[in-house]
Amino acid sequence: MIETVTQIGLPVDEQLCIKKNRLIPDDGGNGRRISVITGIHGDELEGQYVCWLVQQRIQKHPECLKGTVDIYPAMNPFGIDSVTRGIPAFDLDMNRIFPGDTDGDMNEYIAARIVEDITGSDVAVDIHASNIYLTEIPQIRINKITADRLIPLAKKANVDFVWVHDASTVLESTLAYALNSRSVDTLVVEMGVGMRITKEYGEQLTDGIFCLMKEKGIWSGDVHTDHIPIVCVDPDEVEFLNAPVSGVFVKTRNHGALLRARDEIGLIIDPLQGTVLDRVVSPCEGWLFTVREYPLVDQGSLMARILKGHMDEARLKGGVIQ
Amino acid sequence: MKKETLFEIKAIYRDDFRVTGYTFGEGEKALCIIGSMRGNENQQLFCCSRLVARLKRLEEENALVPGKQILVIPCANPYSINTKKRFWCTDNTDINRMFPGYALGETTQRIAAGIFEAVKGWQYGIQFASFYMPGAFVPHVRMMETGYQDTELACEFGMPYVVVHKPRPFDTATLNYNWQIWGTQAFSLYTTNTARVDEESALQAEKAVLNFMSRRQLIKTRAKGGYHSEIVHSTDFISVRADCSGFLKTYVNPGQMVEKGQLLAHILDPYEGYIRSELTAPVHGVISFVGDEPMTYENTAVLKLIREKS
Repeated sequence: MIETVTQIGLPVDEQLCIKKNRLIPDDGGNGRRISVITGIHGDELEGQYVCWLVQQRIQKHPECLKGTVDIYPAMNPFGIDSVTRGIPAFDLDMNRIFPGDTDGDMNEYIAARIVEDITGSDVAVDIHASNIYLTEIPQIRINKITADRLIPLAKKANVDFVWVHDASTVLESTLAYALNSRSVDTLVVEMGVGMRITKEYGEQLTDGIFCLMKEKGIWSGDVHTDHIPIVCVDPDEVEFLNAPVSGVFVKTRNHGALLRARDEIGLIIDPLQGTVLDRVVSPCEGWLFTVREYPLVDQGSLMARILKGHMDEARLKGGVIQ
Repeated sequence: MKKETLFEIKAIYRDDFRVTGYTFGEGEKALCIIGSMRGNENQQLFCCSRLVARLKRLEEENALVPGKQILVIPCANPYSINTKKRFWCTDNTDINRMFPGYALGETTQRIAAGIFEAVKGWQYGIQFASFYMPGAFVPHVRMMETGYQDTELACEFGMPYVVVHKPRPFDTATLNYNWQIWGTQAFSLYTTNTARVDEESALQAEKAVLNFMSRRQLIKTRAKGGYHSEIVHSTDFISVRADCSGFLKTYVNPGQMVEKGQLLAHILDPYEGYIRSELTAPVHGVISFVGDEPMTYENTAVLKLIREKS
C-alpha cells in the first residue's frame, strides 16, 4: 500500500511528497518491521534496484511474509529528479539535517517526519552508493559507538566488508545516527557508484535484506548468504590514497583486487602535455575496496582505499591479484 | 604591508589555487581577519578589501601600535568566487565544514588545514561570515558558545547585537568553532548582505573592526561611535514562518522596530495573485532578518525578530 509519509506545498502547482510502500501479510502480520531506505543523496541510485527487487521477491512468495516491510525509495525526490546529491534550491546535504525539526524549515520538517515514520522499526537499512567519484565493494559502515550492537547484525547482511569508523560530531546529523539513537538498529550500506545501478550488488544486498528479515521474524522463506564480511574495527588498517597532484586519473586495477606492495593502481596523466604526472602504487599489501571512478582529480582527491592485510580472507571472497 | 601566498594547490587546467594574505606590522600575532570562504560571499570579500586599503594607509601613517601584527586573508576560496559556485568546484564540499582540516586528506580538508595553519595561534580572529538563507540581516557579531567565548569582548566592536550561538553538530567543523577551541578569541561578523555588495553595511563593518582594534590597542586611532551592543542568544530569535508557499512580498527592513500584530509580509498566489497569507509580528521587537527570495517555500523562516526587552 502506497502511503504518503509527509507532504508540503510548493510555490507553483506542486506538492512535494515523500512516499513509501508498506507491505504486510493479509493477516496483518506479527508487528515486526523492517525499513528499506534510499535516495537521501539524489545522485545515488543503487538502492532503487534493491527496493524493486525486495518487492519482486515478496510478490512471488507473499505467504512467507510474516511482518511489515516499509520501502522508502526516494527520501530526496528533488535531488533524484535533478541528478543532484543534495537538496536543490537549498544546496544542502540532506544527511546533515537529521533528526530534523517539525517547527523548522521545509527540509527540517520533512526530515523530522521521516524519522518519526521509521521509528518503531526493528531494523532499517539505509542504502547509499558512495558518490559519483568512487566505486565501492558492498559494505556496511558502522559508527564505533554502536559497533557492539550492530556488528552481529551487519555480519548477516550478505555484504563483503564491515567498516567500523571513528565517531564524529558531524555524523550526529545523519539519518542512521538519529534512528540508532531511537533504538532502531540501522545499517548504512555503501556499494557501487553514484548515478549507476550495479545489478549484482543489488541482488547481493537484497539477499542480505531477506536474511535480516528472517533474523527479525519478518520472513519465513529461504534465504541466501554467500558473503561473509571482513570486519575492520581498527582505523589504522585502512590506507587512504589521495592524489599528490591534480590531473586525470586512469585506473589500472578494479575494486576488489588484491594488491602487493608497490602494485600499480592507476596513473595520473596530463593530457595537455602528454605526460604521466604520477604512478599511483599501493603502499602495502591489501585489498582494494574503494577505487576512483571519476577521472578528474584535484590535489588531495581520494583515489583508493585499501584494507591492509586480510589477504586470505579477501582471497576467499574472490579477490585476485589482477 | 606584506603580501604573500599562504597556501597553494596546483591545478591541471586552471591557474594555481592560491590563498593570499596581507600582513601589517610586526611582532605578536594579534589579529587575523578572514573574508569570503564561499563563492557567493562577495560582500565578505569587499569588506576585507576595504580593510586592506585602510590598514595600508594606517601603516603608512605610522598609526599601527608597534609589536602587534595583523593578518588579513580576503578570500579563502578564489576558485569558487571565479566560477560563481558557492562550494568547492569539483565536489561541492564546503571549506567551512572542514576545519581544523587534514593536510593529507581530501582537497578541501587540505585547504582548511593550510588556512588553519596560517590562522591558528592568533590572539583574536574575525571572520566575515554569511547566513545560509538568502536575505538581509541586521549587522551583528556572532560567537560560538564553546565555554571559551568572551561576550564582553565582542561588545567592543560596537555592533548593534552580539549573538551567542550554541553550536550544532555541523558547527564543530567551522573555522569559528575551531579557532576558539585552539585558543583564539573568535568572532563572526555578519553584515547585511552576502552575494550583493552593500557599501553602507561594509562601512559599518569596517568601523566596527577599527573600533575593536582601537579598544584592543592594536591601532593608535581612537574608537568612534558605535552601538552599546545588546547580547542575545540565537535561540532568542523569533522566526516568522511562511504558513504556505508563494510569492513573498515583505514590508519591513532589518533593524526596524515593529509592534505586535504589525503586518510584515504577504504571500501571494503565484497563478491568481490573491493574498494566500498575511504574516504579522508575533511580538514587539526588532526585525533581525528579512528573506529576499521572490518565492518562498512553506515553513521557511522568512523573517526573524528579536523580542524587545521590557
